[in-house]
Amino acid sequence: MEIMQLVGLGLVAAVLAVTIRHNKPELAMLLSVATGIMIFLAVLGKIGAVIDVLKELSERASLNMVYLGTLLKIVGIAYIADFGAQICRDAGEGAIGAKIEFAAKILVLVLAVPIVAAVLQSLLKLVP
Amino acid sequence: MGYDVNLIFKIIGIGILVGVAHYVLKSSGKEDYALIATLGGLGIVLIWVVQLLGTFFDQVRSVFKLF
Repeated sequence: MEIMQLVGLGLVAAVLAVTIRHNKPELAMLLSVATGIMIFLAVLGKIGAVIDVLKELSERASLNMVYLGTLLKIVGIAYIADFGAQICRDAGEGAIGAKIEFAAKILVLVLAVPIVAAVLQSLLKLVP
Repeated sequence: MGYDVNLIFKIIGIGILVGVAHYVLKSSGKEDYALIATLGGLGIVLIWVVQLLGTFFDQVRSVFKLF
């Protein structure tokens, strides 16, 4: 049961962070960053397995691989940006976190533009 | 599971050590040394965390095929 290990890791890190937050808040923030990274790294491999299955399915459905790649990039950007924004918000810098989310939204929009263009192109084909 | 839980205890150890050093140096009147001790501890922990963050970003990049 991997979830037990991860919950235990999180609880231990939370207790230690509360202990240290009183006189060294910057180290408590770095501790929470390290804990978050460890929990994320532990489950990232499983996401990779799911993504492989998705890729195989899309190949079987003879989808264009460009679309799945764009989708995966968007999901990755969202994960990383959410991670950074939450850490900034935890450290009391909500404004920087909001800017990170803003940047992520723009990057996702840039990635999504080719797909929107393709949709519009196929719509134009349908119109006589 | 490919992670090093010892890093958390190392960070906490540095934190407690730096806190005690800060307290002792401050109570003996050496405020500037107290600041240097705090900055040193913060630098060490920051180097560890940034290295971990680098491996994390590499993993995410390879899983999601980001550039």
